[in-house]
Amino acid sequence: MAGELVLLDFWPSPFGMRSRIALAEKGIPYEYREEDLRNKSDLLLQMNPVHKKIPVLIHNGKPVCESVIQVQYIDEVWHDKAPLIPSDPYQRAVARFWVDFIDKKIYELGSKIWKTKGEEQANAKKEFIECLKLLEGELGDKTYFGGESLGYVDVALVPFYSWFYAYEKCGDFSIEAECPKMIAWVKRCMQKESVAKSLPDQEKVYEFILQLKKVFGIE
Amino acid sequence: MAKSDAEVKVLGTWASPFVMRVRIALNIKSVAYEFLQERLWEGKSELLLKSNPVHRKVPVLIHGDDTICESLIIVQYIDEVWPSAPILPSDPHERATARFWGAYLDDKWFPSLRAIGMAEGEDARKAAIGQVEEGLMLLEEAFGKCSQGQAFFGKDQIGYLDITFGCFLGWLRVTEKMSGIKLLNEINTPALLKWANRFCNDAAVKDVMPETEKLAEFAKMLKGRVRATPTS
Repeated sequence: MAGELVLLDFWPSPFGMRSRIALAEKGIPYEYREEDLRNKSDLLLQMNPVHKKIPVLIHNGKPVCESVIQVQYIDEVWHDKAPLIPSDPYQRAVARFWVDFIDKKIYELGSKIWKTKGEEQANAKKEFIECLKLLEGELGDKTYFGGESLGYVDVALVPFYSWFYAYEKCGDFSIEAECPKMIAWVKRCMQKESVAKSLPDQEKVYEFILQLKKVFGIE
Repeated sequence: MAKSDAEVKVLGTWASPFVMRVRIALNIKSVAYEFLQERLWEGKSELLLKSNPVHRKVPVLIHGDDTICESLIIVQYIDEVWPSAPILPSDPHERATARFWGAYLDDKWFPSLRAIGMAEGEDARKAAIGQVEEGLMLLEEAFGKCSQGQAFFGKDQIGYLDITFGCFLGWLRVTEKMSGIKLLNEINTPALLKWANRFCNDAAVKDVMPETEKLAEFAKMLKGRVRATPTS
């Protein structure tokens, strides 16, 4: 069932991290291939001709693109190990809703925080915190969004933690001060090997952002 | 009472392609539902604001005590609660492919279609049309791969990708009418052209697909309102 499994990825990508975590949670071996996004491999262009983006999961030569689709695919194929997506249809719909919310909001707002200044940045910070607070509400008193074990929402959200330090430095604010429950949840997730091994060091991500800012000519 | 027997309501509007997806899915499963029409230009109803406090958008599915939001999430929910006449493919890779094109349609293709109507100036219009046409060629190719020679993306019956794409046909036809360009045509998209007719004539679709004339009138009214609203 495992067959040949390759993940085309880029180390700071929170989307790539999702698939790394899902595969690690289920103990599935795979080949990780680092892409240079300024010089994309022929394989990447062939496997994702529509978007030409990472991550791409290649299973027995067939591509699966888009991180949320990959996590669902991984969960469906290796359904007997560490299930991530709830089995109840309503709980599933709720989990999908929050993953969709994270996709619509967190990356874009986070990007605005490090890319912009002044009023635009202030608005992005405000909305970013509001979104995290909404997610805190959804988490409630649970250990993880998935209950007692990591679930689909946890896997979709926790990768952004590796970017929090960069957001905080660029935006001059503290996420922990505003959303302590969120950081407490992050720390619980980081105690899991599947998460800790899949996320890069926050300082490394911050250095990467600083380099990007130079390349894009952002102050 | 089994969950599947609980009362079903759909909050939506007749013109929304996203709402149509939900109604088609329920029709495929032969599930009866109450259609609660929102008059969004008069302000959103209490029920909508309470059922979808995060996005405040239609469609919303109310099933017993549960509310489900976001059209593709609702379609998958419907498929899972009422397993007869399956909408999503059973093979995991085919499912991933259907979901991929669904995301493409929502994130890239439909916004490019809307951009045609909103384009200012001939150059912008041509560019917007070009984008839509490029997308349609990709979808023509996808249709070939997914249908495997059969009538629909879902092969012998309407499936997830048929619903996801087909719901936009009304607005596609309005755009064709207003721009004078046949976006779906014999030369570039012969298979999709035939598929579109089959889709619109399907029993699950016929009664919920709005007439192009009616949609075109609605589009004109919307445009008028947008222009009349002063920008702050």
